[in-house]
Amino acid sequence: MKKFTLAASLFAGAIVLALPAKAETLRLLTWGGYAPDNVIELFEKETGHKVEVTLSNNEEMIAKLRATGGGGFDLAQPSQDRIAGAQAEFDIYKPIDLSKIDASLFIDSMLESTKANTTLDGAVYGVPHVWGTDGLVLNTAQAGMVKDYIDLCSDAVAGKVSYRLKRPTLIAFAFSMDMDPFAAYGDQAKYEEILSKVEAKLVECKKNVKTYWGGGDEITNLLRSGEVIAAMAWDTGGWKLNAENPDITFVAPSSGALGWVDTFALPKRGRADEAAYAWINFVMRPDIAAMITAAAGNFTASKGGDAGVDEALKARYQASFPPEAIENINWYPPVPAGLETLEGAVLDRVNAAN
Amino acid sequence: MTGDRSRLTMILLMAPLLIWLTALIFIPHAEMFLVSMREKVGVRQYEFGFANYATFFNEPLYWNTFVRTALMSVAATALTLVIGFPVAYYIAKMTRGRSKTILFLLCLIPFWVSELVRTYGWMILLRESGLFSGLLQYVGLASQPIEFLYNDAAIMVGLVYTSMLFMVVPLVTTLDSLDDSMIEAGYDLGGTGVSIWREIVIPHAMPGIVSGCIVVFMLSLGNYLTPILLGGKDSLWFTGLIYTQFITRFNWEQGAAFGFLLLALSSFIVWAGLKLSGQTLSRTMGR
Amino acid sequence: MAEATADLECRGINKDFGTFRAVNDVSFAVPPGTFFSILGPSGCGKTTLLRMAAGFLEPTSGDLLIKGRSMLNVPPNKRPVSMVFQHLALFPMMDVAANIGFGLRRRGEPREDIARKVDAVLARVGLPDVGSRRIEQLSGGQKQRIAIARCMVLEPDVLLLDEPLGALDLKLREHMKVELKQLQSEFNTTFVYITHDQSEALVMSDQIAVMNHGVFEQVGGARELYYDPKTAFVAGFVGDSNRFSGTIESIRGGKLKARTPSGFAMTGTSAADGLSKGDSVDIFVRPEAVRLALSKPPVSKLANATAGTVDSILFNGANSRVLVRDEATKNEIDVAIPQTGEFAGLKRGDKVYIGWDADQTRCFAAGKS
Repeated sequence: MKKFTLAASLFAGAIVLALPAKAETLRLLTWGGYAPDNVIELFEKETGHKVEVTLSNNEEMIAKLRATGGGGFDLAQPSQDRIAGAQAEFDIYKPIDLSKIDASLFIDSMLESTKANTTLDGAVYGVPHVWGTDGLVLNTAQAGMVKDYIDLCSDAVAGKVSYRLKRPTLIAFAFSMDMDPFAAYGDQAKYEEILSKVEAKLVECKKNVKTYWGGGDEITNLLRSGEVIAAMAWDTGGWKLNAENPDITFVAPSSGALGWVDTFALPKRGRADEAAYAWINFVMRPDIAAMITAAAGNFTASKGGDAGVDEALKARYQASFPPEAIENINWYPPVPAGLETLEGAVLDRVNAAN
Repeated sequence: MTGDRSRLTMILLMAPLLIWLTALIFIPHAEMFLVSMREKVGVRQYEFGFANYATFFNEPLYWNTFVRTALMSVAATALTLVIGFPVAYYIAKMTRGRSKTILFLLCLIPFWVSELVRTYGWMILLRESGLFSGLLQYVGLASQPIEFLYNDAAIMVGLVYTSMLFMVVPLVTTLDSLDDSMIEAGYDLGGTGVSIWREIVIPHAMPGIVSGCIVVFMLSLGNYLTPILLGGKDSLWFTGLIYTQFITRFNWEQGAAFGFLLLALSSFIVWAGLKLSGQTLSRTMGR
Repeated sequence: MAEATADLECRGINKDFGTFRAVNDVSFAVPPGTFFSILGPSGCGKTTLLRMAAGFLEPTSGDLLIKGRSMLNVPPNKRPVSMVFQHLALFPMMDVAANIGFGLRRRGEPREDIARKVDAVLARVGLPDVGSRRIEQLSGGQKQRIAIARCMVLEPDVLLLDEPLGALDLKLREHMKVELKQLQSEFNTTFVYITHDQSEALVMSDQIAVMNHGVFEQVGGARELYYDPKTAFVAGFVGDSNRFSGTIESIRGGKLKARTPSGFAMTGTSAADGLSKGDSVDIFVRPEAVRLALSKPPVSKLANATAGTVDSILFNGANSRVLVRDEATKNEIDVAIPQTGEFAGLKRGDKVYIGWDADQTRCFAAGKS
């Protein structure tokens, strides 16, 4: 018996000793705030792996991975709706080995829906991490009348409006014009019809727009300075500004906020899968997830991850999302390959219109 | 034997240049050209063809942006020249020693920070809640905030500012080499300020003017940040279209075709500029 | 006061740069058709004076007249003078004809008149076929002539020349001296020529002003300056001289006796008034004024006679010299070798006898320059 314990402890010691030898460098392609320094530090201490972070966005992630055929990074975090299409088109990811993921750390419903949305030919390519919404960020004192995306075109806010000239704007305006673009994803003719109506509306609305914003800092500055009073933007930006100026906050539009989920996906030629899985299981721990929520401003798919979150942020979240507004969120379904080409032409025409 | 050795030396000396030319210029361009000649017919299916170039000619938006970018770049170049020439003349001819160095340094200092920071600087100055607007209101010239940002004029300001150094340096170099006694001789022979500038100073500075203009034009045409950040909702720039095709549309084929069209356009305009000014590339760049 | 028709006249011109006075109370008049040179070492103010005449500088005080008309506050492009610059300042961006036509075009003359005048002036400077050439295709001497043609085509009252031969090599310079003089008489225009090279001034000029420290030391013909310098500076600057210092022991009329520091009693002529006994003087003797002999008798009758040994022989054809270490003054005396053949065998270490006349021993009050 004693002998057995000794052997076991020797074995365990051997594993511990072997760990540093297996230490890998995790090259993480992610969004700002998703891998804060304090989390990286804890992770490196705990596992011995090193983490190198590259900040990016959905389109650049796909472009970068496409350029290298899925190399250069070991873990990427695209939105769930942009995985299946990109995979079909460019073959840049490898399937996730779900046996290496601790499913108990995830909110079940989110894990299941993300798995379903990122499945291609029977293989799963993504698991959820951070989720959030696109909606309205308003200066409620001046633009209180804006209830939905379409109200951005009203004269009351003329010249003080901003939104991005990107696909979420097309989707958002379609919903607020009482159409369901997601339902038309599979029907190209129907989708084109929706797009043409949205195009007409956006062209008409162009006179209201101060500028099309490009980056998060830009829209934050525009709202903070009062140059823009109503915008279509991310919820976190609204909550951040709310902390500085109570008048400004995120409002879920009446046609529903657009819900997105950023995932973990493994680039096809990633070399540090062990470290990648370790990172996923590490950051989904409730305590770590709370740290990420504090840094990014968005909630995670971690079960119990909201428990440790700052009360002020929770309050803002609850103010923006009464229960019926959460029900009303339109979650992005996977984008079929090639849809972006249609949308691109529309965006080009809106951009060129006078 | 010695012949072989000197040939080997020659090859070794040329090797870095050849490697550089092949690896960084020739191969990427050849590959890019091949990409631009691919027509997408389905998921992961491509055919050889000119469809991407045809798209450019069939879509007025692309055309218009292309022409607009070229015209604005020419205008920015002309404006940079008009502003840069007196500056260069002052530095080259009116100052000596220390003050010359200091003035030159002042032209250089903006380039110690990245283009992004410089552009953000202009945004701070020009925006509705920015410095210029506030100043105008303070002195009573404006009753409400004025937006200077998000229009073509702001792009122009940004482009001229970004390019100024590249115009001033070649101009100072050529003007420095103009003997003061040439100008004095011009006066002595009855010339006036205008005629001396037209017949002596400008012809002498022509190689500098042309090389400065070529560099500034190329920089403006290929600029991405300045038009995107300072421009407004109507301010399209061709490099922006290329970026969009490559990054947000995942349409490398179209982006590559645009890239080649831009290369052709800039080459054509530089060629036309050289022909018009009666200069040759070797004379302006060989200095 | 010079006659009112002087082509160029300066009246009490001063020019200050800060506290430095570059030109100090200079007055002179250049009669029409004169080749007038201003000769002086670099920094003497001659360039400043010329640039004031051209109009690139304004005098601090005094007046400057051309053909009797005051040029104060008249800009260079309105003055009836033209200038040939030190480095000629031909315009490399134009061909020869365009260079010459530049001033005519500024006057708005008709195109065919310009072409005719350009051809005429090119013919006069002896370069009839170079009109279409580029400047860099011309030789040094051709450029010189084009620079003069470019000025002369405007028929200026006065042509100013700022050491234009300085950049040429020796042989061409010798040649151009003669040619410049010929061109001047050909055009019969007043030339004002500045140089630091005394031989240029002596060969070409009708009148030479010797300038030093911003003042004119002496104005006169070449011979006058050479044989009758009025100041120690002129005596030392124009031509070569042996220079001694001494103290006057006796003076009567123009003749004086001065003792050199080595104790030699020099008999000489006072070149300026106001010398008296006990004054320190500088004494100048031209090399060609010194008689050279292999024996004593030929020199013994001269007012100053001494002997020495040959230190070195500077052979230069007709201008050969011998440096003699003089026993009496302990000086090294520069002596021209007479071209009689008598001294063909002279060599270092030989004993020679030398002497010179009192008339050619010119004494000036010491201390100036």
